[in-house]
Amino acid sequence: MADIQSSGQDSVYVKAAREAVITGIIAFGLFFLVIGFRTDQNINNELVLAQRWGLLAIFVAVAAIGRFIFAAFITPSREQAKLAKSKVPAAAKIDRRSLKATVSRFGLALLFTYPFVVILILALIQFAVTGQWSFQSGVQGSLKYVDNFGIQILIYVMLAWGLNIVVGLAGLLDLGYVAFYAVGAYSYALLSAHFGLSFWLLLPMAGIFAATWGIVLGFPVLRLRGDYLAIVTLAFGEIIRLVLINWTVVTKGTFGISGIAKATLFGIPFTPGPTGFAAMFGLPNSGVYYKIFLYYLILFLALLTAWVTIRLRRMPIGRAWEALREDEIACRSLGINTTTTKLTAFATGAMFGGFAGSFFAARQGFVSPESFVFLESAIILAIVVLGGMGSLIGIAIAAAVMIGGTELLRELEFLKLIFGNDFTPELYRMLLFGLAMIVVMVWKPRGFVGNREPSAFLHERKMISSEFTKEGHG
Amino acid sequence: MSETQTLPRTGALLSVENVETYYGNIRALSGVSVHADAGEIVTLIGANGAGKSTLMMTIFGMPRARKGRVMFAGQDITQLPTHEIARLRIAQSPEGRRIFPRMTVQENLQMGASLDNLEFYDEDVRKVFDLFPRLKERINQRGGTLSGGEQQMLAIGRALMARPRLLLLDEPSLGLAPLIIKHIFEAIKELNKSTGLTVFLVEQNAFGALKLADRGYVMVNGIVTMSGSSKDLLANPEVRAAYLEGGRH
Repeated sequence: MADIQSSGQDSVYVKAAREAVITGIIAFGLFFLVIGFRTDQNINNELVLAQRWGLLAIFVAVAAIGRFIFAAFITPSREQAKLAKSKVPAAAKIDRRSLKATVSRFGLALLFTYPFVVILILALIQFAVTGQWSFQSGVQGSLKYVDNFGIQILIYVMLAWGLNIVVGLAGLLDLGYVAFYAVGAYSYALLSAHFGLSFWLLLPMAGIFAATWGIVLGFPVLRLRGDYLAIVTLAFGEIIRLVLINWTVVTKGTFGISGIAKATLFGIPFTPGPTGFAAMFGLPNSGVYYKIFLYYLILFLALLTAWVTIRLRRMPIGRAWEALREDEIACRSLGINTTTTKLTAFATGAMFGGFAGSFFAARQGFVSPESFVFLESAIILAIVVLGGMGSLIGIAIAAAVMIGGTELLRELEFLKLIFGNDFTPELYRMLLFGLAMIVVMVWKPRGFVGNREPSAFLHERKMISSEFTKEGHG
Repeated sequence: MSETQTLPRTGALLSVENVETYYGNIRALSGVSVHADAGEIVTLIGANGAGKSTLMMTIFGMPRARKGRVMFAGQDITQLPTHEIARLRIAQSPEGRRIFPRMTVQENLQMGASLDNLEFYDEDVRKVFDLFPRLKERINQRGGTLSGGEQQMLAIGRALMARPRLLLLDEPSLGLAPLIIKHIFEAIKELNKSTGLTVFLVEQNAFGALKLADRGYVMVNGIVTMSGSSKDLLANPEVRAAYLEGGRH
């Protein structure tokens, strides 16, 4: 800092330029073989070496320019922000709290109106472009946004909130959470196919089944913690998946189960026929209604998860979970039965995974073991960690960024103009996912919202000073 | 020159009888017998690694005694699960304090009161605050951000929230400034006097502990080598040579 101020603004750019050159050289060294060359097959099936100097140059340039911007602008401005922050008066902090409340209220309102907002915006765009007001075109166009973004994100929000109970609150690192998602999905798929039971009956049943499996997993791992626990739960997830693949008589193996019954709204099916939803309400036939219905369904399920989590945190069991995360031995010597505490955490978390699973089956209409690979567990866990373990808001933000971001990549067609027609942005999904994780972990090591919100809070700071004088009169 | 060990007594609130505890194959306690009558402050002093904390944890069943038995209020608790032992109203402020660092002072205290489902929380928390007014100042602060002395107060306060019949304290003076140690020891004395709480105190700070306690035990290498009233132990030349001389301030 001192060095920057004494020698003026110029030296910052010089220093940044030097760093940029070094970064460029390192990037060149790193990518020279990896990016610079590519082995291709020619028409005679021979391997030929293709050279991609242009792409290599782009990589090196991105690294160097990025470093320059970081060193020249971002670091100094952050230093200044830090300085400024230490001078912020208390009044500004209170302001921020009320701002936070406003933002979260606004966010909730947006969640509830999201499908209609999308429809309205699309219709307005349509109106601006063609000059014709057509509400219906907005309805049709909204399908993608409601389904790919809304529902998809909310599923992961719910899964991550469910896993948050196990990992974030109870501190039990679970790498096989997707197993409960699978149990929920298959229990809905199989029971509705064989017994024709309705979604609303099977939803709680799927939750109960998953919770049972949560307890089944919980028993053998009661004495494990940390990395040992992680490995066993990882194995558990794989076992469930392999059973789904190999128990072909029941699960049809890798073919999966298709034609799963859709969910109904109080018995009204979302079918094109005269008894369907559209016909009953005199609306034109469209698949959108089902998607909007599904959106509200998963929104309801996710909010249920959040509500239960918030309530439980204030109850003895929730406090016990958090204490268990902090110190297991202290818990036991305070009279807390750690066995039941761990099992309830596993069961509760698994139950929400089961709910989400049965919703997934109803939405997809098709389940196969491929949907329940380890990568899914990893993504859900990554969302929980990125969001900040234990923080519902942080996790929701992380899910929106991660899942929404990867969905957004499908939309980035214009990148083909830069990188050529072979470029498929979706394939860089995981790369960006990883990059984003590194950035967040450097920037906020405890996740987006790393501060734990106390479950009990006393607002009587002022009273202490007077009470304090009583000291010694005990 | 060792004094005779006190024989197991049936009327004691806590009595540890010929207990042997192992860590794997290593014997940490060999035939230890101590007891505490209701309303007493009993201290166990000894050097590093003598087995003091092991004895305290053995009472809680972590680790479990391989031989001998632990009796509390006439009940054999040797094989009881740890949380069941705690439910008999034995509370401890363990070695290293073991407060919940990310939870606030209030939440830590609530955890202590979870046996009664917070039924007497308001009443008990006031008593704890009377004892340690500093905790009241810090009520909404995270446990991990407290100073060492405050954390010790919190650990003791949390133990008291369980309305214990027997309070086990493991080195409450460890790493604390003399003034804070004095405050904590005074608080323990006050509690014992006003409520008749039985206290079993494990300490390295032999002088302070013996000044506070009614009776004391001296432990060396997993064996109780001496016992007697605090006054006798304080006067005992062997104890003085080993634990007091040079250590007294």
